Amino acid sequence: MTGFWSAIAAIMWKDILTEARSKEVVTAVLAFAILTLVILNFAVNKDTSLTPVVAPGVLWVSFTFAGALGLTRTFALEKERGSVEGLLLTPAGRDAIFAGKMLGGLAFMLAAEAALLPFFAVLFDVSPFRPLLLLVVVLATVGFVAVGTLFSAIAVNTRSREIMLPMLFLPIVVPVVIAAVAATGGALEGKPWGEIAKWVQLIAVFDLLALVFSAFAFEHVIQE
Amino acid sequence: MEESGGREALAIHASGLSKAYGPHLALDGLDLSLPWGGFLTLFGPNGSGKTTLIKVLATIARPDSGEAAIAGYDLRKQPAAVRRNIGVVTHQPLLYADLTCRENLRFHGRMFGLKQLDERIEQAADTVGLRPHLSRRVGTLSHGLQKRASLARAILHDPPILLLDEPETGLDQEALDMLSALASAGERGRRSVLMATHSLERGLALCDRVAILAGGRIAFQAERAMVDEATLRDTYARHARVAP
Repeated sequence: MTGFWSAIAAIMWKDILTEARSKEVVTAVLAFAILTLVILNFAVNKDTSLTPVVAPGVLWVSFTFAGALGLTRTFALEKERGSVEGLLLTPAGRDAIFAGKMLGGLAFMLAAEAALLPFFAVLFDVSPFRPLLLLVVVLATVGFVAVGTLFSAIAVNTRSREIMLPMLFLPIVVPVVIAAVAATGGALEGKPWGEIAKWVQLIAVFDLLALVFSAFAFEHVIQE
Repeated sequence: MEESGGREALAIHASGLSKAYGPHLALDGLDLSLPWGGFLTLFGPNGSGKTTLIKVLATIARPDSGEAAIAGYDLRKQPAAVRRNIGVVTHQPLLYADLTCRENLRFHGRMFGLKQLDERIEQAADTVGLRPHLSRRVGTLSHGLQKRASLARAILHDPPILLLDEPETGLDQEALDMLSALASAGERGRRSVLMATHSLERGLALCDRVAILAGGRIAFQAERAMVDEATLRDTYARHARVAP
C-alpha cells in the first residue's frame, strides 16, 4: 500500500512541477474561463433581475469548458513527449497512475476555480464564501475530473483529441453539471440544506460511480 | 528489488506470441528465449515487429495470444514484477522535457520505490556519463545526451534484464562503447540484453547470439561465433525481401 501512495505522490509532484515550469495548462484555462465569465456577464448585465437565475449557469459553463480544455492536456503532454510509456514501465499499478493523474488534475482544477470564484463574485455581485457553495464546487469537480481523466487517456490516442474529448466527455458529465448548477443556485440564494440536499446527493453518487468506473476502465484504456 | 522468479529459468522466454494492430499482424506466433547473462541482437526490416516485441515484453502492449515470462515472472499475471526486472530504452527518451535530468531520475526512482535515491541517481549518471548535465532540463539537451539520460533511467533500479530498441540512435562513439559496459555493469552480475537494431556492425560487435525477425516471426537465429557479417548481411537481405 505504501507503494500505491508513494506512486500517487510522485505523479502529483511531477505534474505540479512540470506545470509550474511550463504554465501551459493554467494560462490557457484561466484565460478561457475569465473571458467566458466576462462575456456572459456583459450579455446578462443589462437586466440585473436575471442575475440570480443565470449566474450559477454562467459559473458552471465557465468551469466546464475551461476544465475540458485543461483535462485534454492531462495526457496530451505525456503523449507528446512519449513519457506515458515511461509511466507504464514503472511497477506502479495502473490504479495508482490513474489516481495520481486524477488528483493532479483535481488540484489544478480546484486552484483554477479558487482563482475564478472572486472574479465571478465581483462580476455578478454575489458572495462566494458560503460553505454550501464551496462544498458543491469541490464535490462536483471530483466527479468531473474523474471522468475527464479517463476520457483524456482515451482521447489522447485519437488524431483530433481537442475535439474528441469534449464530444466524448461532456455528454457524460451533463448530470453532474446540471446538479451542480441547481445546487449552486440554491447555495447562492441562501436556501436551507434540506432544499439542495437532493442535488448534493446526486453529485455524491455520480462521484462514487465515476471514481469506481474510471479507475476500473483506465487500465484497459491506457494499454495498447 | 523483488526476488527473481527463478534463477534456473531463462531471463526471457516467449512462446507463440501474437499481436495484431487491426488487420496487420505485428507478431505472428513468435518463439524466443534468452539465457541469463546472454546478449541477443535482433535484426529486422522496418515493420518486422521488433518494436512491438519490445513493447509486449515490456508490458506496454498486451499480446493477443501466446505466453511469455521475464525473469520467471509471467507477463500477464505478474506485470509489476516483470517491470522491476527490466530496463527499457526506446526511440524516445521517455522523460519530461521541463524537468531536469535529476528530477526525472528522482521521479522514476520514486515510482520504483528505491531507497538511497541520491546515491543511485549519481551512480547511474556516472555510468552513462551524464553527471555534468544532471541539473539541466531534458528539453535543453542534445539528442545524444537525452539518450544517455534515457539509459540512466533504464538502469536506475539496477534491472538484471535490458530491452533496448535501437539504443545506438543519436549516440556518439564514446556512448556506444558504454552500451557494452552496461551489459556487464549490473550489481548482480552480467545483465541479460535483448537489443533490436538496424546496425549490423554494432549489433554483431555486442552480442553473443543473433536473430532476424521478419513478418513477426524469428526467421533466423544463430550463435554469434557461427555467423560472420557477410553471411548475416546476405541472410538479412533474403529475409527482408520475403517479409510481407
